[in-house]
Amino acid sequence: MNVALFIPCYVDQFYPQVGIATLELLEKLGVTVSYPIKQTCCGQPMANSGFEHLTGDCNSLFINNFSAFDYIVCPSGSCTLHVKEHLHDDKNKSAAKDIRSKIYELTEFLTDVLHVTSLSASFSHKVSMHQACHGQRGLHLSQMTELVAPPYSKPGRLLSMVKGLELVTLDRADECCGFGGTFCVAEEAVSAKMGIDRVADHVKNGTEYITSVDMSCLMHLEGILRRQKSNVQIKHIAEILNAG
Amino acid sequence: MNAKKQDHAALSEIFNKDEERVNWHDETLWWVRQKRDKAAFGVPEWEALRETASAIKHHTLSNLHDYLTTFEQKAVENGIVVHWAAGAKEHNDIVLSLLNKAGTNKMMKSKSMLTEELHLNEFLKEQGIETIDTDLGERIVQLLEEPPSHIVLPAIHRKKEEIGALFHIHLGTPEGNADPKLLTYAARLNMRDVFLTRKVALTGVNFAIAETGEFVVCTNEGNADMGAHLADIHIASMGIEKLIPQRDHLAVFLRLLTRSATGQPITTYSSHFKTPRKGKEIHIIIVDNGRSVQLGREDFRASLKCIRCGACMNTCPVYRRSGGHSYHNSIAGPIGAILAPNLDMKEYADLPFASTLCGSCSNVCPVKIDIHQQLYKWRQIIVQEGYATPAKKAAMSGMNFVLSNPGVFRAAGKAGRWVLRHAPYIAANKFDPWYKHRELPQAPKASFNEWYRKNREQHE
Ligand code: SF4
Repeated sequence: MNVALFIPCYVDQFYPQVGIATLELLEKLGVTVSYPIKQTCCGQPMANSGFEHLTGDCNSLFINNFSAFDYIVCPSGSCTLHVKEHLHDDKNKSAAKDIRSKIYELTEFLTDVLHVTSLSASFSHKVSMHQACHGQRGLHLSQMTELVAPPYSKPGRLLSMVKGLELVTLDRADECCGFGGTFCVAEEAVSAKMGIDRVADHVKNGTEYITSVDMSCLMHLEGILRRQKSNVQIKHIAEILNAG
Repeated sequence: MNAKKQDHAALSEIFNKDEERVNWHDETLWWVRQKRDKAAFGVPEWEALRETASAIKHHTLSNLHDYLTTFEQKAVENGIVVHWAAGAKEHNDIVLSLLNKAGTNKMMKSKSMLTEELHLNEFLKEQGIETIDTDLGERIVQLLEEPPSHIVLPAIHRKKEEIGALFHIHLGTPEGNADPKLLTYAARLNMRDVFLTRKVALTGVNFAIAETGEFVVCTNEGNADMGAHLADIHIASMGIEKLIPQRDHLAVFLRLLTRSATGQPITTYSSHFKTPRKGKEIHIIIVDNGRSVQLGREDFRASLKCIRCGACMNTCPVYRRSGGHSYHNSIAGPIGAILAPNLDMKEYADLPFASTLCGSCSNVCPVKIDIHQQLYKWRQIIVQEGYATPAKKAAMSGMNFVLSNPGVFRAAGKAGRWVLRHAPYIAANKFDPWYKHRELPQAPKASFNEWYRKNREQHE
């Protein structure tokens, strides 16, 4: 199995430990992972701002970097969804289509491709899950509360394999944190209020660590936690699944 | 209307100055969303119902011309007078001419979002006609001289104490009394006189049935029925998208509508109007007002499936914290944000950006409108049509340059991290909207890319 790692731009720059945890976790599970070093970004920040027409170069670069692999694994639901839904290349339509079909968010790769049933991880803490919207409602990583349908959770199942981990339930299971890309600055007042309310739900229910499949949501929540000088910390799910 | 136009972000910032009100607004609407969940989960075939409703609407919109003409023919056979209006002016002129014909300058009106969209009340006021809204929530915002902030709960942005104070002034209720029972009773008494004396009643239309030429009006207060039954002339205003082909289809829509709206199994009154009583008249005004343009926009056509339940607003985490007026449009929330740019792309260029694209709206919507996908698509169009600010354009082409050149990206990232590590005050200042309520991320020494180059074998 020929697997490439796609580390989103902001994870690369601000949260290298998440990239490292993802790589180590996959290696522990016996996967040979390559990291094409000329990668940058999926183009989502531009596209979600209405500038999808500018993402052509970014898309071509992505295709050049990742075409040769069987699977592309990414520790971000949002970036994965963007590639799956919007990566196009008029000069190379089939290559783009191929990329769209073989990119996986980390927890769905572990669940659906590797069929992981046990992990050696241990993390003796109270942990609460922030359901990142794009992973949940876009990639269907877990069931959303809007639908009258049976519950399931791919990241939740993986967390239940971690020794010592106690999963905390929230009052609002899957409300958006308010990050939303450029929304977080363009709509500062609502974005911040959404984040403050989200954090309050986690804190109130006694969590020690907020985890998620998306670092962008966690970056936003961390900004609020640190401003409040809270003891509650954030950890990407890869760091927990790779812990101990 | 307003002297200086403010966009959604600016209006939300104003709404958020009163955090207690924001919390209350959020919690009240979340409570409605939870009631909706409870009601929906009580129907095991809920998802199949949504799928069916969506398919019926899709079919109807695909054959709209035929269904409209069938409906007109049947309605005329039933003794209803049918009028067609291309836009606000035509519609409002028709209403005025009917009032003139009846020799009255007073009208009563039950809930109709369409007449809000067409600014009927303002128009009639200018013509010297007094209109009284008979729906309690609508009456409250009318007395406040404000537009409704929610399509189902028009006065949801106001607390009961404020309504008590308002009624004290206008209806003479005791000062400081905010007991909802008492306030409703006072409104009822006051309304009774309106019902008994006005000759013309206008209602909205929830569903118009092509095969029978009848229409259905759903209300909880019975005010539409009181008005329509007591008046000599009943005017019903409907958008062209209100049609459904058969009466049987109500079995799908009536089950979805109120469960989605308020969590009730059905509205208290689902009244069918088909034939005018002896000596009375029923007029239907069928309105386009931009809908046929939207029908022609393939990506946005599905927005016309909307049955105006308001569920997308109640679930929207942005709407709950920004209030309906922040959308500066007669229809607020996610559905308003995909309908409004069709009417005026420049005026409403901000609305599709007033979302995190979380997708909750699309999944509560009883007719399965892909609302968040349409928000994304409107963003692309609005930018391409030139309604993005120059600063944003410059920022985006800069971003494109950095992100499509790996060498530049690494250098820029390194420089950015250096700033955050050594001189965070450059980034963390009061001009940076991120920093107002949030700390900046702590910048690591090395990026993942740099770490990887040191620690693993490299792949090009
Ligand atoms: S878009 Fe859907 S959820 Fe929103 S008001 Fe219309 S029918 Fe209801």
